[in-house]
This record gives sequence, C-alpha cells and structure tokens, in this order.
Amino acid sequence: VLELIVISTLNGVLYGMLLFLMASGLTVIFSMLGVLNFAHASFYMLGAFFGFQISRWFGFWPALLVAPLLAGLIGAAVERYGLRHVHKNGHVAELLFTFGLAFVIEEAVQIIWGKSPVDYRVPRLLDFPAFTIFSTNYPAFKIFMLLVSVAIFLALLIALKMTRVGLIVQAALTHPRMVGHLGHNVDRIFMMVFGIGTALAAVAGVIAGPALQTQSNMAELLGPILFVVVVIGGLGSLPGAFIASLLIGLVQTFAVSMNGSLASIFGPLGPGNKQPLLVDIWNVTIAQIAPIIPYLLMVVILLFRPKGLLGTRES
Amino acid sequence: MSNLSKVTVLPHSVSSSNLRFYGLWTATAIALLALPYVFSSGGSLTTLSLIGISIIFSLSYNILLGQTGMLSFGHAVYYGLGGFAAIHGMNLIARSKLPVSLPLVPLIGGISGLVFAATLGWVPTRRSGTAFAMISLGVAELIASSSLILRSFFGGEAGISANRTKLMRVFEWNFGPQIQIYYLVAVWTLLAVIAMYALTRTPFGRMCNAVRDNPERVQFVGYDPHVIRFLAFCFAGFFAGIAGALAAINFEIANAAYLGAAQSGVVLFATYIGGAGFFIGPIIGAIFVTYLSLALSDLTAVWQLYFGLFFIAIVMFAPGGIAGLLMKHLPLVRAGTLVTVLRAYLVALVPTLTMIAGFILAIEIVVQHTVNADEYPHTKAFGVHFNTANPLIWLLAAALVIGGFVIARCTWKWVGKAWDEALIAAREKGFHA
Repeated sequence: VLELIVISTLNGVLYGMLLFLMASGLTVIFSMLGVLNFAHASFYMLGAFFGFQISRWFGFWPALLVAPLLAGLIGAAVERYGLRHVHKNGHVAELLFTFGLAFVIEEAVQIIWGKSPVDYRVPRLLDFPAFTIFSTNYPAFKIFMLLVSVAIFLALLIALKMTRVGLIVQAALTHPRMVGHLGHNVDRIFMMVFGIGTALAAVAGVIAGPALQTQSNMAELLGPILFVVVVIGGLGSLPGAFIASLLIGLVQTFAVSMNGSLASIFGPLGPGNKQPLLVDIWNVTIAQIAPIIPYLLMVVILLFRPKGLLGTRES
Repeated sequence: MSNLSKVTVLPHSVSSSNLRFYGLWTATAIALLALPYVFSSGGSLTTLSLIGISIIFSLSYNILLGQTGMLSFGHAVYYGLGGFAAIHGMNLIARSKLPVSLPLVPLIGGISGLVFAATLGWVPTRRSGTAFAMISLGVAELIASSSLILRSFFGGEAGISANRTKLMRVFEWNFGPQIQIYYLVAVWTLLAVIAMYALTRTPFGRMCNAVRDNPERVQFVGYDPHVIRFLAFCFAGFFAGIAGALAAINFEIANAAYLGAAQSGVVLFATYIGGAGFFIGPIIGAIFVTYLSLALSDLTAVWQLYFGLFFIAIVMFAPGGIAGLLMKHLPLVRAGTLVTVLRAYLVALVPTLTMIAGFILAIEIVVQHTVNADEYPHTKAFGVHFNTANPLIWLLAAALVIGGFVIARCTWKWVGKAWDEALIAAREKGFHA
C-alpha cells in the first residue's frame, strides 16, 4: 500500500504539473484577453506532434526547443490575424472562433499524421529506470518531465514577480483596461501572451507525448479536463489554477490505481437488489469512474463556491 | 397610456398581420405535406426526416444561445437522454402491450429531457457567459462518461435498440416505411416550431431576451436572472428531448454518440451558421448543415475540415450567420438600391472563388500525399480528376491562392464602398436596417 501511495503521489504531482503548464497559459490568456481559448489543448496536441516529427528528423533535444517555438508562432498568428479580427463581435464570437479552430486543428492533424497513435519514443538518453522503490522501476523520463515542468513553473513565477513584463501582465490580470490607459501597446502584449501561453501548452505536449499516447484525439480527451481545472480554481486566478491542477492530478491518479467498488467494500452486506442499473453502480470500480471524477469534483465545488476555489470574477 | 395607444392603433394591423401569420403556417404545413411527392426516393425521405429532427434540435438550442445568450457546449446531453428514454419507452410499451402508439413516444423523450435539464441545469445556470459555457461542457462530459459506465441503461458502446413497428397502430400505420416516419417527424417539427415561436412571444420569452442583453437591469425590475436562465434551460431540454426521441425512432437505436461532444458541436454549428439572432436562423442552419454534411461527405474525404473552416469563416466575416447576412440586405431591397451592391458582389465573387478553389486544391494535394501516399497519384475531389505528382499543380494552387487573395482584397474594398453608398441611399428614402 505504501508503494502505491508513493508512486501515485509522484505520478499525480507530475500529471498536476503538466496540467498547470497548460492551465497557466489558459488563465493568463483568459485574464488579459477575456477569451477562454477553447483550442488550448489543441496547441498541446500540436506540440506533441511537432515534437514527434522534429525528433524523428533531428532528435529529441532540438524538438524540445523548436516545437514549442513553432506552436507559439502559430498561436501568435492566430491571435494577430484571427482573434483580433473577431474581437469586435464579442466574447461569444471569440470563444466560438477558438472552438472552430480546435475542430480544424484536430482534422488537420488527422489528415497529416492519421488517426492511429504515432510512435513517439522516449529519447535514448533518458530511457532507463531512475530508481527502484518497492520493486517498481520509476522511469527517468518521468523525472525529467517533472523537472522541466517545475523549472518552467519557477521561471514563470520569477518572470511574473520580478520582471517589468511580469508586472504588466499581473496588472492586466485584475485591471486590463487600466494597463491600456497607461500607454502600453496592449495589442502587442496580447499577441505575445497568446503566443507564450500556447508555447507553454506545446512544451507540455512535447514532454508528455512520449509518456502518454500521441494521437489525434489527445486534445479532445484533455481539453474538457483543462477547463474543469480552470473553473475549479476560479476563472482568471493563477494560484487557483495551480491548486486545482495538483488536486485533479492527484485525485485522478489515485483513483486510477484503486480497484475497490461499493460491492467489494460492503461485500455480502450489500442490499440484495437485482435492479440492473443499481447492480451497475454497485459493481463499478473506482478506477472505472476515474474519468468522471474531475467533473463530479467540479459540480460539487460549484455547488458550494460558485466562483471556484480562489475566483473573484463572475465571468 | 400605452394601453390606449395599442387599442387605437392595432385593430386594422392585427387582422392583416394575423392573416399573414396563419397563412405562413398553413403554407408551411402544405409544403411539408407535399414534399414527399417532389422528393420521393427513400434516401431523400431519410434526409428530409433528418432535417426535421435537426430543425427541432437547433431551435431548442437557440432558446439558449439566441434568446437567452447562453453558449452551451453540452446540449446534446438532453437530446441523447431523450433518445434513450424513447428507446426504453418503446421497448417497455411493446413488452407490456400498453395502449400507446408511436406518435406519442417523442413526448416521452421531451419529458425526460425536461426532467434531466431541470436536475442538471440548476448549477450551471447560476453563471452566465464564459463560465456557463465551461460548466455546461463539464456536465456534458460527466454524463457522456457515465453513459459508458452505466451499461444496463445505455448499453455500452453498442447502444440499445428497439422495434418501432411493435407498438399499437393508428390508422393502420405501423410506421415501418420511411414515408410514415417522415410524416411523423414533419408533424412534430411543425408543432415544435410553432410552440417555440409562441414561446418567444410570451412575457417569459421577452424576459429571456432581457437577461441576454442586460441581466443587471433584470434584477432591478425584480426578476432573478438565474431563475429565468434555468427555465430557459428546461424548455431547451424539453425540445431537445423531443428531437432526440425522433432521432431514436428514425434509427431505432440510441448509443453514446447521441449525447457526445460531437453532437453538441454539430448543433452549435448549425445554429450559429444559420444565425442565432433570428428565429428563422436555426431552421436555415439545420437545413444547410444537414444537407451539406450529407452532400460533402460524398465529394471529398476531408469534408469535416472544410466544415470547420466554413464555420470559422462565418464567425469571422458574418457573425449574424446566414439569416443575419440576408436580413442586412432587407433595407436595400425595400429601397431598391440593391442592384449596385449585387453588381459589386458579382465582381468580387470571381477572385474570391478563385482563392477558395486554390485553397481546396492545396488541401486536396496534401491529403493525397499524406492519407493515401502509396496509391496512384491521380486523385478525384469534387468530381475533378488531377495528378498530384505533377509539380505544376502545386504552382497552380499557390498562384490561385495568392492571386485570388490580392485581387479579392481590392474588390471587397470596392464592395464595401458600394454597400455604404447603397445604405446611405436607402436611409435617405427612409428605410432603416
């Protein structure tokens, strides 16, 4: 049991940090531009596929650098030539624009790389077990993923708290109009923030691609969870997004590794109900309901805190 | 004061507008009755049935998006649950030989859609705008994932099926042939459209618009925006359930795809492309999108990509949708200044279509090189054969796109100028948009 707890905690923190890599970009973009980027998970997918393609041509390390850059450039272009144009039609139109974009990116990825998973492998340099706990080998690549996401998290923290650009971004989180009135080139800041946010998502894609599955439905699978993270944390709150990311990461990882069901807990004490629907609920294992736990968590939290954990904004 | 003016002004206009109003519905009913005689093949009857279902579904979605200003990413949940309820209802009726005939089954779907919307809608409708959109997505994922767990109700991946001919007959109809299903769908479509139109004319419908435009003022007037959003959500769930039940009757099966994200996306596409700002918009959108998805899939393998690009183009250049685009020209038509604009359109259309053709050519070449790379380099898209191994075709695509874009930019500026002049001329004659 101790083995399970240690491994699951490690995996959970790792998953949570990956989620935060994406949720942070999403939150900053939402706070500044007022638009929730529906295509954010699509940039994560683009990062993974770019990473796969570039690492096939030039190796993993160039891919780690170039793939996020490429995705970030695409993101900046999307903001400059798409979103900015749609902005005058209101937030619904902006959200729908990114919704359509997510749809198009998924189709494009399917056309170029096909529907089945691609063979995106862990680089040979990191393909060894880092350490062994309780007879389980923990792969070095996962440690590397953890290190990268923690490093980016720290870099973001320093950039936000210590630099001038970070100051402006922070100001724009709470007073977006005032920042414009102070004479900053808001358009360019928007474009940069969008580019950097999507690049961060792409970094997550490059490092998550080999460990998880690089497939054309990965954005569709992750996107809703990402929004759950942002809603639970409170729209527009970076610390909230951080807490929610770790929470979801840990909860989901622990749930997957557990096999208990109501039937196994109560055993023969269960009601002798032969109603098929109740039998279904009775026999389902925790691992099976792991995919719906984030959504359940969201509903429960919204019941008690409609604005999310640390949220202050209505919408 | 306002009562007085209504009484003095209305008598004449009421009778004439009433006549027009009922005339329109009667004409629609006759058209629905006559359609199978024009399109009598089995395939087109199925298409017409699907269009009818899609119209109900899109209009129910527009109660949220257009009337109340709520962007939902999970409307298919109530459609799908309505479908499942209808299938279970049909099986139950057939098994216990209840005296219920098939035309009443959509009501089962509607009521279950209403019940589920009422239970699942309270929490999401607390918020509006972006937060509502995200929460609706989360709730939809919750239901869609649960549907794979609760196998006895949802039937897992295979879904559950029923036999629609086993129910009590009416007028010796057993609802086996597609033509009978078409008339069933047509009647329900007409009823639902009339009901939803009537809903927009009630004080409640007006309060929905008020919540959409200015929720703060609604609170000052003494209404709770949350309650109004919730009620609108329930109505939308009810009509979505009817649509889902009709779909289940049409296919005699319900599966997890009914309530998935893709289905929610399709209804959003249809409603927005048609135009959420007008009652007629979703109807246009449902017809257009259903027909397009059936027709395009025959023409090219990557029709969904074109579909998405078309949607983005609508969001960027025509946020009012097709209906909004048409309505914009109404004052020009009335003032008779449309001709100059139409002439400008014709000129602008040539380079724009050239550019689009170039794009399509480029996409099809890429598809040919990635999807079926090892096959014969000749490809056929939109009924045209071409050889993608030829480098000239790449040049042609690039030339079409770049040349078309440059010329189209100039001509659209000219269209804008013609538009402004025509609109000013229309305004001078007293026709406002």
